[in-house]
Amino acid sequence: MADIVDLFQFPFMIHALEAGSIVAVLAGVSGWYVVLRRQVFAGHTLSVLAFPGATGAALIGLPASLGYYLACGAGALAMSRTRPSLGRGYGGETATIGTVQAVGLGLGYLFLSLNHAVLSGFETLLFGTFLGVSPHQVLVLGIVAAVTLSLLALIWRPLLFATLDPDVAASRGVPVRVLDTTFLLILALAVAATSQITGVLLVFALLVAPAASAQLITMRPLAGLVLSVLFALVIAWLGLGIAYFSIYPVGFYTTTLALGLYVLVRLGRWAAARR
Amino acid sequence: MFAHAFVRNAYLAGTFIALACGVVGWLAVLRGQVFAGDALSHVAFVGAIAAAVLGLDVRIGLFALTVLLAAAMAVGGRRGQADDVVIGIAFAWVLGIGLLLLALLASSAGGGSGIAATNALFGSLYSLTAASSAVAAIVAAGVVLTILAAIRPLLLSTLDGEAALARGLPIRLLGTAFLVALAVVTAESTQAVGALLLIGLLAAPAGAAHRLTARPYRGLALSAGLAVGAVWAGLALSYAISWLPPSSAIIALAALSYLAAAGIPVIRRYPRASNASSS
Repeated sequence: MADIVDLFQFPFMIHALEAGSIVAVLAGVSGWYVVLRRQVFAGHTLSVLAFPGATGAALIGLPASLGYYLACGAGALAMSRTRPSLGRGYGGETATIGTVQAVGLGLGYLFLSLNHAVLSGFETLLFGTFLGVSPHQVLVLGIVAAVTLSLLALIWRPLLFATLDPDVAASRGVPVRVLDTTFLLILALAVAATSQITGVLLVFALLVAPAASAQLITMRPLAGLVLSVLFALVIAWLGLGIAYFSIYPVGFYTTTLALGLYVLVRLGRWAAARR
Repeated sequence: MFAHAFVRNAYLAGTFIALACGVVGWLAVLRGQVFAGDALSHVAFVGAIAAAVLGLDVRIGLFALTVLLAAAMAVGGRRGQADDVVIGIAFAWVLGIGLLLLALLASSAGGGSGIAATNALFGSLYSLTAASSAVAAIVAAGVVLTILAAIRPLLLSTLDGEAALARGLPIRLLGTAFLVALAVVTAESTQAVGALLLIGLLAAPAGAAHRLTARPYRGLALSAGLAVGAVWAGLALSYAISWLPPSSAIIALAALSYLAAAGIPVIRRYPRASNASSS
């Protein structure tokens, strides 16, 4: 117990917990829509775009986090422009998303080789760092999270309608395409913020696993949302807590907790269905 | 330019990898499984690291892990199709393991892991040896032949699952076999050219072909042709322009072909063909 009290003595742990909590709430909420709309691949591609963002920013001397946001925003626009006609569901057009990702990675690699340097902190970019978050970063994260969440709250009801039944929504005059693009931009913000903490490759631990588990338990929006945020917070806190007492990286614990949660929930569902 | 051995190696491996990516990618787009290929390519990266930690041959780690994950995807999804959510969570976890392995590697071998990681992600066609390019060509050609041999049942089970079931086709088995083929291509391409190039060759030429024609065989040929064309032209460009990495040039050309195909006012609309599959 004293060890756990000890944990809060260090400023770096406090900042990590603050950043982790902000990101968990943000990812838990936007992830609920990602899973509902089956836009997991789009989410992954957006997170990968942080790579050209970071290398491009390094090339022209901008701060890396600005590069993250710019690249993710551009990627969201590119993906939304090429979405095909309505009514095809959100699983389609994986080719477009894949191409956007390939172009992003190609650009990132080009920037990297133009820069004539191995990007400093390459593994940090891929796998993130909870420990080493500055108070300034926490502030920026908080602002981004507030903006993103209020945007999402603003379009919540029409987006839900447009997601569950795009054709009927379109016939009722809901601007489905605009909502599509808006959601992708919101997702871009959320992913860019999350990947700065979790790393590009481990975003899903917070973005997808908590929301997917919540939707296995309940399909009611509000309850599901609360559960999703709760799961994300637990994963972030436990992951950080365990990593504090071990020599191995945070990312391993968060992803393992995420998978464990999802498998547990699926097993529970399966057992409940058999009874 | 072909007087250099490294150029010949690059063209040999690149041609066959492009062929395999074009063929497998066309089917992956049709089945909506590009994400599966993408996830497998990231997992391949972990396989390479795992092999390094265990002191095994890199190739063993690559193939074992990708094929294993492909099988897991087939089991976790419905009818041998992979569900995006399951893929996402599973591959994030495998990457988490990769992170752990990197930490282990860094503490045991004293660094060098960053370079290994960069190679697995962005390996270059121009740095292949003669032996590895020959192996890449043989594996890729094998996958293409296998897919082509099973193309009719694969197409039927993808486009019209009910009809395929009625004819007694093993849909689950076909889905699993396709994912395994995807895994083999992924593992081989990651070894040869890096995960980066793979997703570009998998998605862009196939997407362009799907936009240009709804006919299966024409689409397959077009997709493979575009992929090979992008590799040939990209390699030549990169040879001519010293600051341009081959992977970036190839991806740029493949993406251009996709953009051009999306821009052309399409004669036969692709959605018609895929509506039939969802009914």
